[in-house]
Amino acid sequence: MTRPARLAVDLIACDGRGLCAELLPGFIRLDDWGFPVISCRDVPAELHAEAAAVVLLCPRLALRLERAQGRDAGRE
Amino acid sequence: MTTLQSACLPAPAGSVPGPDALPRLLPAAAADRAGPASLREHLARHGTRPSCAGDWRRRQQLIDEVGRANLTGRGGAAFPAAVKLRALAETARPPLVVANGVEGEPASAKDKVLLGSAPHLVLDGAVCAAELTGASDVVIVAHRAVWETVREAADQRRRARCDPVPVRVRAAAAGFTAGEASAVVHWAERGIPAPTGRPPRLGGPGRRPALVQNVETLAHLALIMRHDASWFRSAGTPAEPGTRLVTLLGAVRHPGVYEVEPGMPVGDMLKLAGSDGTALGALLIGGYFGTWADAADALSLPFSAAGLAPVGASPGVGVVAAVPATACGLAETARLTRYLADSSAGQCGPCVFGLDAIARELERAAAGASCELTRVRRWLGDVTGRGACRHPDGTALMVASALRVFRAEIERHARGWCGATETVGVLPVRDQVFP
Amino acid sequence: MVEGEGPVDVQVGRTDRAGWAPRRWPRFVVAELHRTLSLFAVALLGLHVVTAIADPYVTIGWAATVIPFLSPYRTLAVGLGTLAVDLGAAVLLTSVVRGRLGFRAWRAVHWLAYLAWPTAFLHALRAGGDLHTGWVAVIVWGSAAATAAAVAARLASRSRPGARPVLRGASR
Repeated sequence: MTRPARLAVDLIACDGRGLCAELLPGFIRLDDWGFPVISCRDVPAELHAEAAAVVLLCPRLALRLERAQGRDAGRE
Repeated sequence: MTTLQSACLPAPAGSVPGPDALPRLLPAAAADRAGPASLREHLARHGTRPSCAGDWRRRQQLIDEVGRANLTGRGGAAFPAAVKLRALAETARPPLVVANGVEGEPASAKDKVLLGSAPHLVLDGAVCAAELTGASDVVIVAHRAVWETVREAADQRRRARCDPVPVRVRAAAAGFTAGEASAVVHWAERGIPAPTGRPPRLGGPGRRPALVQNVETLAHLALIMRHDASWFRSAGTPAEPGTRLVTLLGAVRHPGVYEVEPGMPVGDMLKLAGSDGTALGALLIGGYFGTWADAADALSLPFSAAGLAPVGASPGVGVVAAVPATACGLAETARLTRYLADSSAGQCGPCVFGLDAIARELERAAAGASCELTRVRRWLGDVTGRGACRHPDGTALMVASALRVFRAEIERHARGWCGATETVGVLPVRDQVFP
Repeated sequence: MVEGEGPVDVQVGRTDRAGWAPRRWPRFVVAELHRTLSLFAVALLGLHVVTAIADPYVTIGWAATVIPFLSPYRTLAVGLGTLAVDLGAAVLLTSVVRGRLGFRAWRAVHWLAYLAWPTAFLHALRAGGDLHTGWVAVIVWGSAAATAAAVAARLASRSRPGARPVLRGASR
């Protein structure tokens, strides 16, 4: 059984490059200034691997995929 | 320039204010008491600080007493103090106690006045908090207008060997966001007054967990430890007990800091400051992250979270700013929004660019143009929750309330008219120093 | 051959960072192109190192592929090549574990790419025996020109008046 995973953005690290919105258009859209708005936080199990790959592609490593159930992968 | 005023509930002639009377925090003597209370004067008025140290059970009992008193934070968020104390008493590493006296908001003066008149009460509270949470040391970050007063008070205590933990005093950085909780810790530990996006109580790699409390909250804590919860609750309302410091400014005759009981009608508070409310157009309640309200609607409301709910406001940091009916509410809002946009710590895109865009649109409308409300409302939604701190959220709330309250003015401006007869800005957008 | 790959790769990396991309290309394409070309360059570099060592005509020794200035044959020239390999290896390895390393540490090492390329270029000038050959010269000097142009464009874009204000990054 896979745990649910949620997308989160560290807005201090984020520079508004926009790769995340290009690759996960169903989950992330860009606001008027090019910064990501997470429209859908929860990532279904079959897309975990893809989302993890997008996390690594962020030029600033600002995107995170957090595993739920009380344990954060990174910061709160 | 304003003068320090204490609350105007007069003590019976010839008596010393007892524990049941106001004021509790501010000087007992009448207005214009010059200078801070010395250690001796503080001890004469309040007695010695009771020890809050002890084994786990005793500390938990004392924290429970704080919980029974229902002391909530006076820094704006009104978070229950006992919950914070309990969380930090349970951390593996000894935490750091940070007394937040930065008060980056230009309209608020209560923390400066409190530190300038009763620094020992605040330091008592900080040391009590340190004993309750098992903290290893205390740092108090004070607005630079009063930090020397606080430093002298700390020196007096060190000479008298009052405190079981070291107490450091730091002057605060300037700027609105410097007062944010994680920014204060960041400043105290690394010299960078920028929010970190991480709650101070969690700490982090290489960073201790920190208890951050507003200085007024700590002053109340010091008194609760001397008396008890029922004493604290003998003032105020059952839901919001105790007293609180408020800053009254704008179109009032005697602007300044007053100590009042929650539940006091807003109109009565303004009477303390010499305004009968007739000439007022709108009030900004709670601070620059607060809510605009029509003066007519708000004057009769009790100053409490429950009482202000009908106008969607809350006490916030205890600011009530009065804008006269002759001034332009839209122009005031535009000035504030521009100030808040420029005060961003500059770390997060939505805050930097979004607040700037909103400010520019409001400035355009204030200068006499049609305001694109749909676009502004979309931006308000877009900046909310999208920063490392609540700076964009608070600004958005204030602007949203302005769009409601000043709707008529916005429509007039769209046609090129303005209902104001004064063009001078009322609310301060530069750091003001209250003596 | 390796010369040719390197500068293209650095240039693709630079357009990505400047936030500029050809209109038709999504940003992730530019980012992925940079990665793909880098790995291709690493493969070609590996081929070059192996053929150079395996060449019976000169003795360099396997140790000299990682420890600079060990080769008895043309010590300085080959040593520069080894240095370039070391720097490139650092960039490659940190990029592979980028997620776990954290952004700031990864970026600090990635800057070494700017050092690796000129080191490799000097190596080519000193160690290469066939620079007079037409097509080799075109590749070597063409790469140098392309790299210089890319660096100039990057510096120019930074000081452009319409450029977006830089956000203050994390201090962690």
